[in-house]
Amino acid sequence: MQDAAAPPAYHYRVVRQFTVMTVVWGVVGMFVGVWIAAQLAWPALNFDIPWLSFGRLRPLHTNAVIFAFGGCALIGTSLYVVQRTCQAPLVLPGLAAFVFWGYQAVIVLAAVSLPLGFTSAKEYAELEWPIDILLALVWVAYAVVFFGTIAKRRTGHIYVANWFYGGFILAVALLHIVNSAAIPISLTKSYSAYAGAIDAMVQWWYGHNAVGFFLTAGFLGMMYYYVPIQAERPVYSYRLSIVHFWALIAVYMWAGPHHLHYSSLPDWAQSVGMVFSIVLLAPSWGGMINGVMTLSGAWHKLRDDPIIRFLIVALSFYGMSTFEGPLMSIKTVNALSHNTDWTIGHVHAGALGWVAMISIGALYVMTPRLFGRQRMYSVSWINVHFWLSTIGTVLYIAAMWVSGIMQGLMWRAVNDDGTLTYNFVQELVERQPFYIVRLLGGVVFLVGMLLMALNVYLTIRGTRDDAGEDNRLALAY
Amino acid sequence: MANRHAVIEKNVGLLIVLILVAVSFGGLAEIVPLFWQKSTTEPMSTLRPYDALEMAGRDIYIREGCHVCHTQMVRPLRAETERFGPYSVAGEDVWEHPFLWGSKRTGPDLARVGLRPITEQWHREHLRDPREVVPESNMPAYPWLQNTPVDWKHMERKLRVFKDIFGVPYSEQDVAEQMEKVNGEWAGASEEDALVAYLLSLGQVRKEVRE
Repeated sequence: MQDAAAPPAYHYRVVRQFTVMTVVWGVVGMFVGVWIAAQLAWPALNFDIPWLSFGRLRPLHTNAVIFAFGGCALIGTSLYVVQRTCQAPLVLPGLAAFVFWGYQAVIVLAAVSLPLGFTSAKEYAELEWPIDILLALVWVAYAVVFFGTIAKRRTGHIYVANWFYGGFILAVALLHIVNSAAIPISLTKSYSAYAGAIDAMVQWWYGHNAVGFFLTAGFLGMMYYYVPIQAERPVYSYRLSIVHFWALIAVYMWAGPHHLHYSSLPDWAQSVGMVFSIVLLAPSWGGMINGVMTLSGAWHKLRDDPIIRFLIVALSFYGMSTFEGPLMSIKTVNALSHNTDWTIGHVHAGALGWVAMISIGALYVMTPRLFGRQRMYSVSWINVHFWLSTIGTVLYIAAMWVSGIMQGLMWRAVNDDGTLTYNFVQELVERQPFYIVRLLGGVVFLVGMLLMALNVYLTIRGTRDDAGEDNRLALAY
Repeated sequence: MANRHAVIEKNVGLLIVLILVAVSFGGLAEIVPLFWQKSTTEPMSTLRPYDALEMAGRDIYIREGCHVCHTQMVRPLRAETERFGPYSVAGEDVWEHPFLWGSKRTGPDLARVGLRPITEQWHREHLRDPREVVPESNMPAYPWLQNTPVDWKHMERKLRVFKDIFGVPYSEQDVAEQMEKVNGEWAGASEEDALVAYLLSLGQVRKEVRE
């Protein structure tokens, strides 16, 4: 018989599995990123081998960091948060195990099929149709476990983190199914069901909301649990969380056409997309303000606690890139920035600065609790990791800003007689130093990830922390 | 005032429904009208369906991820039309499954590459070793294409999917003629032959604008 006041027995096995794989795929995905960054600087690194060439490896990098690293972080933390905040164990733990193994199968299939050149050609949705179907099944199972657990909660209210995780799960299901519609030719080849400008609009409705829901709403859910927990403060504003949640999920869905400015997509769609993209600044900053201000009254933790530093600097990068995004969605700015390295810099301000750093912070909070340890094996390594991540990100994005703006300016430069000032190759050679600085930034970030991998490994394995004290909890969870 | 939001916070079914409602408007408003808009559905009068060799080349273009570094979308900006050629319009892409506009110009736009004064032989040498013809290039080399025969296994099915499902105006006779070439003069074609045929076809739809 269970005492009503006793904590329920949570299902941590699947959370532990996703946590470990987050670290593994983070290292793998970022290594591929470093590799292809080096290929852009020194094309000999393509080695004239089909499955090592940039065009095939770049989708592998983006899928690995977004869906393998980011996806494992989101699913793992959401299945932890939903149990803790609902005070209820996962419903259907067998289905939760299917979510883990099914999701890993999708990742492994992606890692094999993309270098082999099996691709739909649609960015961040490159996987061919059989893998898409498997992913859809896994995703539905994930939704059942997540929302089923909420339905069985022992708390009255559904906590704010779960609204965001829930929005992410539902929207990603919708986006994935609509955008992946295709006519199969064989097991490894299909053609998009949509054509031309319509296909482009569907793709960027999907693509921008892969950013908006996978890389934003989901990670805001993460933020709404791990920031208050680590800061030991309540969320700054309940009202702000309501307003920015509904505004964020409704407005994001309209922003896709800014990826198609000045394309042959009809002008009205481009204009609508631009207006909503600019409006999006408000709900985005609502989330940043709510997260950062949660620390009010406890600012000293920024100095004392490297995990808090990860979480708050992640929010700062989030605020910066959600200012940069609306700026770049203005057509006159986009005329310069589109197709250049500036876009790559913008994406990495979000992906390294926001997504990776908030995930890293959450992992450092969660790992000791999941494995019955008092703290991470080494807290000072977390501090070193923080500086490696920050310096790596800044080197990366600064190099891409300069390179991207230079590209845009050189491409549009005209002489007095109306002829172009530079040919394409003259612009290409000017990028070389920035490609090397970007590579350096990526390497620094990757070194930090390797340090985290070691720290996580020793936390799980070891019994002593860096002060030499027994690291085991008297009462394991 | 009573907290009416608490109603949603206590009802997971209602939360799910309201989230689905909130996220549905954007796509409905921005995607659905395009299926009925003339500019996004009506082919240009000069548009011609790919022949089988070009279609095989396009599949190789997709497989190698050429679209990862090359756009096919000339924007109506002065410097772009000066550099690449006539700007792109939606009517030239209504048979493009999937669209290959790209999002990054690590290399130049290719939407009009077939109109450029460069030869078939230049394309072949450039694909085999880009730095042989453009010393500063950072493009990967594709030497294996010249030695790999085109895999024609699914070509008839591909043509029929484009004809019957996507409504591309191939006639029965067109399909028969294409398959005759596939089994005849193109039977031993290399992937390089196919890719170059595709590249040379790019932009032909706007040829008269250029002239």
